[in-house]
Amino acid sequence: MNRRLALTLSLVVFAPVSVLLALRYGSVATDWSMLWGALHGSAADTTTTAILDLRLPRALAAFAVGGMLALAGALLQVLLRNPLADPYVLGISGGAAVAALGALLLGLGGLWVNTGAFVGALAAMFLVFGLSRAGGAWTSSRLLLTGVVLAAGFGALVSLLLALAPQAPLAGMVFWLLGDLGYSRTPGLGLFVLAAGLALAMALARPLNLLARGEMVAATLGENPVRLRLAVYFLASLLTATAVTLGGSIGFVGLVVPHLLRLVSGTDHRFLLPQSVLLGGGFLTVADTLARSAVAPLQLPVGVLTALLGVPVFLYLLARAHR
Amino acid sequence: MLELRDLTLAVAGRRLCDGLSARLGAGENWVILGANGSGKTTLLHTLAGLRAPDSGQVLLDEQPLRAYSHRARARRLGVLLQDYESSLPATVLEMALTGRHPHLGRWQWEDEAGRALAEKTLATMDLAGFESRLLPTLSGGERRRAEIAALLVQDAPLCLLDEPTNHLDLQHQVDVLALLTARAREPGHLNVMVLHDINLALRFGTHAILLFSDGTTLQGPMADVVTRERLEQLYRCRLREVRDGERPCYLPA
Repeated sequence: MNRRLALTLSLVVFAPVSVLLALRYGSVATDWSMLWGALHGSAADTTTTAILDLRLPRALAAFAVGGMLALAGALLQVLLRNPLADPYVLGISGGAAVAALGALLLGLGGLWVNTGAFVGALAAMFLVFGLSRAGGAWTSSRLLLTGVVLAAGFGALVSLLLALAPQAPLAGMVFWLLGDLGYSRTPGLGLFVLAAGLALAMALARPLNLLARGEMVAATLGENPVRLRLAVYFLASLLTATAVTLGGSIGFVGLVVPHLLRLVSGTDHRFLLPQSVLLGGGFLTVADTLARSAVAPLQLPVGVLTALLGVPVFLYLLARAHR
Repeated sequence: MLELRDLTLAVAGRRLCDGLSARLGAGENWVILGANGSGKTTLLHTLAGLRAPDSGQVLLDEQPLRAYSHRARARRLGVLLQDYESSLPATVLEMALTGRHPHLGRWQWEDEAGRALAEKTLATMDLAGFESRLLPTLSGGERRRAEIAALLVQDAPLCLLDEPTNHLDLQHQVDVLALLTARAREPGHLNVMVLHDINLALRFGTHAILLFSDGTTLQGPMADVVTRERLEQLYRCRLREVRDGERPCYLPA
């Protein structure tokens, strides 16, 4: 009980610290006093520009994307009652990738790529939903199988697009696939979707505790399981679609963050959901800071960093939990 | 409390019961008996509102069961399922507290009384000290008792139990059934349970529903319904009757 509260409090501290770190470090050398100055409007113009106009929106976008991915992962793991579920398992990011890479291949600009990604994600969401409902029964296993198969299909289409692509757009396409926050200039939408998504998810938090015990249990304890499942599915899908649109397909956050929190602090979703947002957001912000500054001026794809950081931490916690 | 009106149930085109009518009153402890696949669980799920009858009606407190919202139903009627899917690893206390769900508003948290009830119920289920254990670390019997605890924490007047003694050792079988029976005797309470052990059914049950494999049923007070011949027909198995004082016991011959 105390452990859960302590973890929540430390995450409440960690989240803003991660944003401060993102403001402090980057390809342009800055220190804490310069950051302080920029925040107070007393620093040199170039420093202020680097910190407030470049780093701040990107840091906030990273936080929003990480939070959305982790929240979507937490929701989907209950919906599919499978700890291996993540925001990408149902093919929603696959649909987004096909549309976004298609736009890049055609040489269309950033707005088209983002719109394409979002529309592609929504199309995939309805496709998975419609196909897994065909014939009536809408079970978790059927949803999972439909999603996995469609995700594989989208994966093949992505490979096809990459094979057909000429040299010029290829680098951008690969970067998009690995996840890249470099184009995130307007974090407002992401932060709004994250906040609204968390508020809706919190309204479902106690019902999710029942759903974790099974759909029939949820029905016997006073929830309409069909409605509950629909709400969780659409909420998780919209969060994923928005995250993918802003940051490309960044792996690992949605899978590992909720799972890690389940290992450490239990399964009560009234704690788990906000914790996922804080840890997912902070984790991706730190990873993106490293991606920008580790080998500056070269930028690394942030998806590579999330995996490189996440794998050892996760394996360590998994080993400890089974002791 | 619970009324079955001309209930017909079918699964995959096979009639499990045909025109079953019964009135189940407060203070009674009903047992559903039948061979494997005779429709005991299907009947229990129908009484719980988890599936609709193929024809006929179930009434709870004179109201059609269908007319209840999920939430209102969960406050009147609790269900112990035969099997639970392996769930995400929650603790025993978290699981017991899920029983409070129908009593809480959307943004409400369990209060001290609810928490105390969960802890007390776990203790009566012989699970004191197990509160922070994870479910996958429990034995089958311990897990079954935690599931029963969650049902008791729900505190519904009508309890439907599908093989509550599954996985339990002898001592816990008797303890759990004694506790459930005592609960059914409280004013306004009723139990309906599926049991496979005829002798426990005879010892604890007040009424029985026999589901024969041809779709016919027999229901009423235990002493009127259960005879050796009928049980032999029900289970297609020769039985030997021995006496334990006044009470008959049946052993496979």
